Amino acid sequence: MSAVRVDPTGGELRENRERLAVDKTVKAAPPVDLATHGASVQPDEAPAAAGEVPVFTIEPVRGWVSLHLRELWDYRELLYFLAWRDIKVRYKQTVLGAAWAVIQPFLTMVVFTLFFGRVARLPSDGIPYPIFSYCALVPWTFFANGLTNSTDSLVASQNVIKKVYFPRLITPIATVISGLVDFSLAFIVLIGMMYYYGVSVTHNVVWIPVLLILALVTSMGFGFWLSAMNVRYRDVRYVVPFITQLWMFATPIVYPSSMLPEPYRTLVGLNPMAGVVEGFRWALLGVNTAPGPIIAVSAAATVGILISGAFYFRRMEKTFADLV
Amino acid sequence: MSLDDVAVSVTGISKRYRIGGLQAANRTLRETITDAVLGPVRGAIDLARRGRPKTGADDVIWALKDVSFDVKRGEVLGIIGRNGAGKSTILKILTRITAPTQGRAEIRGRVGSLLEVGTGFHAELTGRENIYLNGAILGMKRREINRKFDEIVEFSEVQKFIDTPVKHYSSGMYLRLAFAVAASLQTEILLVDEVLAVGDVSFQNKCMGKMEDVAGAGRTVVFVSHNLSAIKALCSRCICLQHGEVFRDGPSSSVVDEYIAMGGTSGSVFALPDHDQSDTGQALRILNVDLLRSLQGPQGRTTLELVVRCQAQENIAFNFEWRVVSLTGVPILFGAPEIFRHAKLKGPIGQFDVAVTIQSMPLAAATYRLELAATQAFRRVLDRVHIPFSVGSCDPWGSGFDFRLGSNWAPQFGTDDIRIRR
Repeated sequence: MSAVRVDPTGGELRENRERLAVDKTVKAAPPVDLATHGASVQPDEAPAAAGEVPVFTIEPVRGWVSLHLRELWDYRELLYFLAWRDIKVRYKQTVLGAAWAVIQPFLTMVVFTLFFGRVARLPSDGIPYPIFSYCALVPWTFFANGLTNSTDSLVASQNVIKKVYFPRLITPIATVISGLVDFSLAFIVLIGMMYYYGVSVTHNVVWIPVLLILALVTSMGFGFWLSAMNVRYRDVRYVVPFITQLWMFATPIVYPSSMLPEPYRTLVGLNPMAGVVEGFRWALLGVNTAPGPIIAVSAAATVGILISGAFYFRRMEKTFADLV
Repeated sequence: MSLDDVAVSVTGISKRYRIGGLQAANRTLRETITDAVLGPVRGAIDLARRGRPKTGADDVIWALKDVSFDVKRGEVLGIIGRNGAGKSTILKILTRITAPTQGRAEIRGRVGSLLEVGTGFHAELTGRENIYLNGAILGMKRREINRKFDEIVEFSEVQKFIDTPVKHYSSGMYLRLAFAVAASLQTEILLVDEVLAVGDVSFQNKCMGKMEDVAGAGRTVVFVSHNLSAIKALCSRCICLQHGEVFRDGPSSSVVDEYIAMGGTSGSVFALPDHDQSDTGQALRILNVDLLRSLQGPQGRTTLELVVRCQAQENIAFNFEWRVVSLTGVPILFGAPEIFRHAKLKGPIGQFDVAVTIQSMPLAAATYRLELAATQAFRRVLDRVHIPFSVGSCDPWGSGFDFRLGSNWAPQFGTDDIRIRR
């Protein structure tokens, strides 16, 4: 710059009373808009005249807090959109797309049939092993995916959690619910298989929705616990695949519970997913494994996990934005 | 002031962060177990060494300390302060993203918050789908989004690509769409953070225009920004936070001026890349330059206001020389008060700020580079910096030349001079 000796605009500059004002403070200038230009803006509607003004009180939160189910209900549209997004996005940029929802349990069934059905010759309550295992794998896959995805759901949506308020419970709920689409697709294939194997449907089929809700509640209840823990301890996401794997073998999926001697059979029955899986076989395939009173016990336990999970989640919720 | 006039009332809000806790954000179970086992042992060692156990006080920072203020219905309040002064924390508390440690706030009316544009946008979804998703995340009902849909699309100017996944959008299109959704948020109270800090100049202008509409429409707005000129232009009242406390609360212009005067500006600061900050050999160094604003005065002339932070090793008299250069390197304007007017500056030893105003530059709408040099005794350059700045245009003919240069057209019709030759 020191090379510039001449005023490049000639005398013009000085005539304009060009000034380099140097002092310690900037003088107060009238407010300026440097920016209205270029913005063609629609006139804003005036805010809707509100009959009653909602009042939010923001206070420190300590200890256990209410679930705010009313607020959760108010946000049901967000729940819908988040579940819808999960569904839309899940198989984007895959060649096979939604077929993955079917391929997953179907291939597992093929592998199980080969190893457990053919090689190990596990009993299957007198029905063909493929449909025996697939019928269990459909609700199981729904449960296991729901558990895994909801555990990760808060961490996966941390960008949103740090920037916008909404009842955080919506996140794991939406994740589990979005799994229902995958379930439906796999279920259609199950119907096809039933037709292929000539299984006649009994009126017990009306219990399927109830059993599905039990699977959903189990998945959600554990999802609440695990997702809230995963915010603080990322170990959880690594533990969950092992849990689901062990849980699967503790559930009568590759084997019938009729194979087990008595104390174990009741013990396995305490596992809500055992009730779901056996119930599915009973309702669809007519296997004599009608859920006994034990399913009521496990269902009650599941509801307990759901409610305690929701409260634990709400208790941890205040730290999510700071920790995630 | 009756209670009904208050839209947002903040009383004694404090927020404590545990630094240890922050670092431990992603701590693993093993670390927690190790800490639990070794913690008491470590505590005992500390006790033996220093005579007292290490208290938790070292690991705690108060992002906000006893902050109180009211925002009247229809008021536009600006919040300024340095990084870490607590601006974003207060907004996060008001938007219920995080809970305060102490204190209480009351918000009367439906609240919308814009801490970022495009929150929750998903790259795989189309523009249309993202409008619905983002709208729902911001708290809009589906019916409301349906009603606003056309307006959003029009404002965003991405009509042709509305069914294209946003991952194929240019960053400008993405931002426009995101801002369009945000701008359609119709709540009585709006909490806004630095939304304008992104995008190119024309996008920022558009955002500012929209913000002015919002501010003028009688809605209550709390606006956190580093952009001091935006604060001055939009907000009637301004709060300056410092170290988590309310430092000043008053009319925007005076609070902003005081903030600048105390050297707290950190707006469009140009960290100087060709500067080695550790080199202290020079007698005077320019540490940073804060371009407060570039505004268009009467006759479309551009005025730049800057604050230049200097560090002097010795007591020297100096002054600035400046040059405006086009992006291709063509020199356009030059000024040197020491040469023109024999003006000299004498600063103290150490850090100090100099407010510089460069007035009435006849510049067409474009981006330029301001070269600013601290010089001494006419030719000795102490330090120099380059700052980019842009000049916008509001000229209705779109020529880009807003300024009016005086020129004389005195026809000197001689006998032969102006004859048109055929």
